[in-house]
Amino acid sequence: MNLLTIVPKSASSFLHLHLQQHNNKPHSLFRLHSPNFVPFSLKPSFNLPMATLAASSPALGLSETFSKLKQDGKVALIPYITAGDPDLSTTAEALKVLDTCGSDIIELGIPYSDPLADGPVIQAAATRALANGANLDAILNMLKEVIPQLSCPIALFTYYNPILKRGVEKFMVTVKEVGVHGLVVPDVPLEETELLRHEASKHNIELVLLTTPTTPRERMKAIVEATEGFLYLVSSIGVTGARASVSERVQSLLQEIKAETNKPVAVGFGISKPEHVKQVAGWGADGVIVGSAAVKILGEATSPEEGLKKLEEYTKSLKSALI
Amino acid sequence: MYRLTFSTSAMAFSSTNVTIAFAKPSSSSSSFSKPYSSQLRFKFNKNDSFSTKRPSVCCVLTTPDQPTLLLRPDSLGRFGKFGGKYVPETLMYALTQLETAFTALATDHDFQKELDCILRDYVGRESPLYFAERLTQHYKRPNGEGPEIYLKREDLNHTGAHKINNAVAQALLAKKLGKQRIIAETGAGQHGVATATVCARFGLNCIIYMGAQDMERQALNVFRMKLLGAEVRAVHSGTATLKDATSEAIRDWVNNVETTHYILGSVAGPHPYPMMVREFHAVIGKETRKQALEKWGGKPDVLVACVGGGSNAMGLFHEFVDDKDVRLIGVEAAGFGVDTGKHAATLTQGEVGVLHGSLSYLLQDDEGQIIEPHSISAGLDYPGVGPEHSFLKDIGRAEYYSITDEEALEAFKRLSRLEGIIPALETSHALAYLEKLCPTLPNGTKVVLNCSGRGDKDVHTAIKYLQV
Repeated sequence: MNLLTIVPKSASSFLHLHLQQHNNKPHSLFRLHSPNFVPFSLKPSFNLPMATLAASSPALGLSETFSKLKQDGKVALIPYITAGDPDLSTTAEALKVLDTCGSDIIELGIPYSDPLADGPVIQAAATRALANGANLDAILNMLKEVIPQLSCPIALFTYYNPILKRGVEKFMVTVKEVGVHGLVVPDVPLEETELLRHEASKHNIELVLLTTPTTPRERMKAIVEATEGFLYLVSSIGVTGARASVSERVQSLLQEIKAETNKPVAVGFGISKPEHVKQVAGWGADGVIVGSAAVKILGEATSPEEGLKKLEEYTKSLKSALI
Repeated sequence: MYRLTFSTSAMAFSSTNVTIAFAKPSSSSSSFSKPYSSQLRFKFNKNDSFSTKRPSVCCVLTTPDQPTLLLRPDSLGRFGKFGGKYVPETLMYALTQLETAFTALATDHDFQKELDCILRDYVGRESPLYFAERLTQHYKRPNGEGPEIYLKREDLNHTGAHKINNAVAQALLAKKLGKQRIIAETGAGQHGVATATVCARFGLNCIIYMGAQDMERQALNVFRMKLLGAEVRAVHSGTATLKDATSEAIRDWVNNVETTHYILGSVAGPHPYPMMVREFHAVIGKETRKQALEKWGGKPDVLVACVGGGSNAMGLFHEFVDDKDVRLIGVEAAGFGVDTGKHAATLTQGEVGVLHGSLSYLLQDDEGQIIEPHSISAGLDYPGVGPEHSFLKDIGRAEYYSITDEEALEAFKRLSRLEGIIPALETSHALAYLEKLCPTLPNGTKVVLNCSGRGDKDVHTAIKYLQV
């Protein structure tokens, strides 16, 4: 009465999956930056005149971006926004604004009905985006238009179920096609990443893993080993959302991680102010991720134009803290 | 009272790395005798010694240095492909800690003794296996033939449902972990009441997350929880029901994981919860086996239970999963009807995906967004289901059907009139399925239905729909 078939699991196989690094990509140092900045169009549009120009200079991948910044002695600014909040044309403009204001990587959140790792601000943004009809296809169509106009790489931040529903391989193929470079899946911890990492690696998508203050050291080492692009260090115990200060614990966590790896480390969750950014950069982080605060600016604006204007000011203030 | 004892014979034929063991699972002294159970043999009561299982054959995989039993779940918390731990990294350490503590308790004599004592003197176990004479009569065919229906009276437990079996055990576990702050989600309020109750009993701080809509339809239970000293936090996101309360409880846990234990109320969520909650409810099935033996000298032929997340069903089924001659039937909520899109029939209508930490069947749209379920019963109004049920469904071991709001309300009234027992609306779904099941069963078939909760809490809802 065997009800089960026995499938021996190779517990260690997930540690040996990233067969290829990303050395084969076109290596272009030509990056579009503020000199080419055309003030964003106030009427929603995915097309800017520079599209053709930008398309010929694909952005670097995540790890390449960090390598380049390291050579220049710089720390990456990584803002996060939720796609489709308040609508996709505003998201398209926001991506361009973030890019031209000196973002080094942009994390774009795919709205999900049950975002377990997110606090109230990003939850509300996701709810609004879904209510306004945002869905994966529409987001990818938008990205197809916008990514060629950007000089920095895009990493998608998405929960697992929308990926599963699409089919992991199909998802990777599709996001690669539109020019996405990286992926963060906050509800898939190391043990469950085998399939994702296999498919991501196959399609040259960098799968970024997270470590947290509650992660034991040995486990952190395994995560460091497996992550691609960079290591995402969650700064505090909790869900996403702005906090008054950054935990001092981040400094020692950064030291512990740096003792284990040369891979870049970006710190996120709870970072909202220029002084936080400066502090975390001073502690030796290679990148700083700012999410809820940027999402809040777009969410609370009385119009998309006002939101984009404020987002521009905000991003510049963060960037200047890193110079 | 008689006592059956079996000796265990386990012959192992070793090859280099695979051992095939022929085991005769019966004695509680052998932790390796049950082919598909977890490695833990919880002895909440003395009923293991009444086990009458037939000998069965099992395969045991071993590695050279450490023997591995064929587990359900496996070491990664998988039931086949279902289950796992799909949670933010912040929770991973707490889940590991929880699993370790749970495993340690299997051999912790003091814990077992304390739990046994509380289950007996505080919860009121064992719960009776009651022969529902007039309900049985109701299903007799014109020739006088029909099945015999027994109710496993979990509704007679302290707080009025099976939920307290798990709550009391997890509260003890939290004490062992040194955690003073308890959080829980609740749908119908039964798990919330059970949790608030045990927190009062053990002097723990208690916060219950409950959908705002559920708070309205279960106002009585909200008052109960507050009376017991718990803080009830209304959840307004989504449809303001159990799904959203669960998400909010998980977020609270992410924020406060170092000080807080999350008493998850169903066999859902990330590993080790589906296994742990099942083990804490397995007493239902163990008692049933013993009581059946006492009453008719055999086993039940058919087990019936309602399934929302699936804890009462798993509690009843688990003991009998290996007894292939016992039919296992789970009954889901079809709401307004499975074709209306307004239902909670996850196993019969859902697709495989990840929700609240595990891979299982769930109600989702083409984009993988979770669909809001509907059921008149707050306890079944959930878009997911425990991963082990998904597994039992896929391997064909258990059958799952669905019952509409209307059918459930009829059954609610029927049991009240025929047996003087007002069942919970959740339980009423299982009872309603008897209408379809009983005409198909041979004469004398022994049906045990888990009467998982009492319906006092639902009277307020039923008033709106029932003419009495």
